[in-house]
Amino acid sequence: MDYILNGFAEAFRLLISFDPEIIQIVLLSLYVSFSSTIYATIIGVPFGILLGITNFRGKPIVSRFLYTFMSFPPVVIGLFTALFLARSGPFGQLGLMYTPSAMIIAQTILVTPVIMGIIFNQSTTRGYEIVLTGKTLGAGKLNTLFLLIFELKGSIMIALVTGFGRAISEVGAVMIVGGNIRGVTRVMTTFIAMNNNMGQYSTAIAMGIILMTISFITNSILYKYIIGDINEYRN
Amino acid sequence: MKKRLTLLSIVVFVCALALSFAGCTPAAPEKKALEPGSNGTIILATTTSTQDSGLLDYILPAFESETGIKANVVAVGTGQAIAMGTTGDADVLLVHARAQEDAFMAAGSGTERFDVMYNDFVVLGPVADPAQVKVNAPKDATAAFTAIAAVPSTFVSRDDKSGTNTKELDIWKAANITPAGDWYIKTGSGMGATLTVTNEKLGYTLADRATYANMKATMSNLEIVCEGDPMLLNPYGVITVNPAINAKINASGAKAFADWIVSPATQELIASYKINGDQVFTPSATQK
Repeated sequence: MDYILNGFAEAFRLLISFDPEIIQIVLLSLYVSFSSTIYATIIGVPFGILLGITNFRGKPIVSRFLYTFMSFPPVVIGLFTALFLARSGPFGQLGLMYTPSAMIIAQTILVTPVIMGIIFNQSTTRGYEIVLTGKTLGAGKLNTLFLLIFELKGSIMIALVTGFGRAISEVGAVMIVGGNIRGVTRVMTTFIAMNNNMGQYSTAIAMGIILMTISFITNSILYKYIIGDINEYRN
Repeated sequence: MKKRLTLLSIVVFVCALALSFAGCTPAAPEKKALEPGSNGTIILATTTSTQDSGLLDYILPAFESETGIKANVVAVGTGQAIAMGTTGDADVLLVHARAQEDAFMAAGSGTERFDVMYNDFVVLGPVADPAQVKVNAPKDATAAFTAIAAVPSTFVSRDDKSGTNTKELDIWKAANITPAGDWYIKTGSGMGATLTVTNEKLGYTLADRATYANMKATMSNLEIVCEGDPMLLNPYGVITVNPAINAKINASGAKAFADWIVSPATQELIASYKINGDQVFTPSATQK
């Protein structure tokens, strides 16, 4: 019980002290997870929309695969990414293993299905009306896409928030492809896992509190100021 | 719209700040002769117990400032460290599993191997000591293990091909016992996690002295029940990986590291590393 209380005390001490190592770890986590969420959005949104509004053969199977990949185990993604990026692997020449870039790649692979799945679902259910509206206004293909993105922006934001949450809180992928190297690839989650393994529970709990606080702040900013009133329940 | 723009720009600003900080590493307080990374980087594969002991955080800044080579330490189990050497994913290894090291060298995967240092293992057990190890076998590891298996008392094994696990299996072999049953728990994890399990289950385990010394404060149910047996010595070796394995291996950086770690100055530095006032590692490099 006392190490839980110690954890809170340690968290307070860590925050007050502005320990440069902790700050670097937090900023690296944000950098990796933000980057991968942004890349995943750039890939996932157009593809999700296009897949949603097109009726093609095998759409039921594709949607099942897509929804399955949404909950793909991060550690398995890390493992497969490592096999490709390792020196002995097909992309070994790039020297990406144990770098933040490898972590971003792994997390992008992880988050893209999440974003794509949410957008796909939304564009399947709501896309038809929007496309029709676009047609009546004389929109060409590109403008229809922009219209869809604009109309679905609430869902896009939800997808972004979900994807970011998945990225910042996963530990398996970044541990395997990053290697938890001090000052280079150590992020909040791997730091927590390492300290837990070392029996330094207070430090692990402290970083856990910081992680949840950061997550809360980030989501609050996105939610309140960008999604805006979409959450208001109309009566 | 204006409110959203302002706050979107705040989000972008935070991202930009994060991006700019991501390149920074924590500033080292001492004056540096050479900038780490100016001479390249090496991937040093070592074991979790070595990292957890804190020794590398203590000695590596000296290496980085003397040579300008950045040492990226990836701490995994011995089995994985050796595997990383075999596939060429690491440039230099620092491990403590002599049998596996010899096999590695015999297979031609390593260029050079040197003794570096040793620490020792201790047998840890619950304060109540149901197997009576403290009384009957305080300096004899084989007898201690025999006593534990005779009860049988809970024994927690790392079961992860680590150096510690290899030593543990050697002791079981010397005692002519094949441990199996509900009393023999396999965690498949690092030393710290295994100690935590042992502490919770009030069992016995084999641990390296450094990790135990670091974790003693949280291990209130355990104490050393057997130590000092010559069989419990834990020698470390540094191996430079054979650059023929793949093109990305930094052979010169690896050699610089190996030469540095066996140099008299570094050997003294290793001896000066103390946990709670106790020296943990004994240097053992023979002069060339």
